Amino acid sequence: METQRRRTKILIKLNSVVTAVDQPVVSEVTQHVIIIPLLGLLSYTALTVARMRDLWAAVMLTGIYSFLGASWMLVLDAPDVAFTEAAVGAGISTVLMLATLSLTSRTAKPPSRFPWLAFVVVTLTGGALLYGTIDMPRYGQADAPVHNYPHPSYLEKAEHDIHMPNVVTAVLASYRGYDTLGETLVIFTAAVAVMMLMRSHTPGHAAEGHPAEERSSA
Amino acid sequence: MNAFPILRVVAKLLIPYIMLFALYVQFHGDYGPGGGFQAGVIFAAAVVLYALVFGLKDAQRAFRPNVIEVLVPVGALIYAGTGVISILCGGNFLDYQVLDHHVGHQLHIPHGQHLGIFLVELGVGITVAAVMIVIFFAFAERGRKHE
Repeated sequence: METQRRRTKILIKLNSVVTAVDQPVVSEVTQHVIIIPLLGLLSYTALTVARMRDLWAAVMLTGIYSFLGASWMLVLDAPDVAFTEAAVGAGISTVLMLATLSLTSRTAKPPSRFPWLAFVVVTLTGGALLYGTIDMPRYGQADAPVHNYPHPSYLEKAEHDIHMPNVVTAVLASYRGYDTLGETLVIFTAAVAVMMLMRSHTPGHAAEGHPAEERSSA
Repeated sequence: MNAFPILRVVAKLLIPYIMLFALYVQFHGDYGPGGGFQAGVIFAAAVVLYALVFGLKDAQRAFRPNVIEVLVPVGALIYAGTGVISILCGGNFLDYQVLDHHVGHQLHIPHGQHLGIFLVELGVGITVAAVMIVIFFAFAERGRKHE
């Protein structure tokens, strides 16, 4: 009975969205004040990073890019993703990039000649992606695939199954627990790889003896 | 970094709250945005900030590298172990429904799906935080050697 009632409620909600589809989902003010400037800044930052030779400034700008990306995710009502983007993209990866820069030089070498192959590949990929957006449903459209696949019953049943208001957590940790286990193992593998690559040359560990290194130095 | 008293004072003020916020994101992920992954990264960010301001040596005295390195697999094992326990309880791998029990209701011990998600997110949080700290330490140690 309860599920039936909730189901009707959701259907009513969906119907109200469908009838409202003629009006734009975001108001004009939001569009002009937030969305267009945000996307403009995103592309401007990306272009600036691509043209930059000073790596330190480029790393800082990638951090800013991630932060703008996080704001964009928030506009799209995806706080979980925005959270991750801000913490990982703007926070940790900026620090790791700076740490890497301290091991190398601060300026990129100017290319000896124009990278034609890379230019063609990037142009083709960008063109294909732009071509793909033509087929995309309008932003906020109720019958867009993203609202119907996977089945909306996740939203209906999550509260009953998991007793948890945050459906994102319910899907990630319970319905798709295998995937999240895989992600955790990927991160674990990354740590193992970094430790194997970076550790073998530190003074303390070299003294303990790496058989191959000892032989080559002897 | 001794030349920057303002940075030191501000960092000292901020770091405990960053860690507290990480714990909030970890354990409130069921109700609000967030979860183990974000919480782990935020916690690691606090440690990285500490290392940047007070030096790598002090940071490694507070967060011993050998302990952090052990925590990297511990988180993943908590996650996989939850799955194994749910097999032992008669369910499928990572089927938290079988973790339902009827003790400790007054003590607010979570059960069923809630307990499973709590354990799994805890595993993710521990692994992510430890991995980020380990990677940062590896880069920073290498940089110190080059100086």
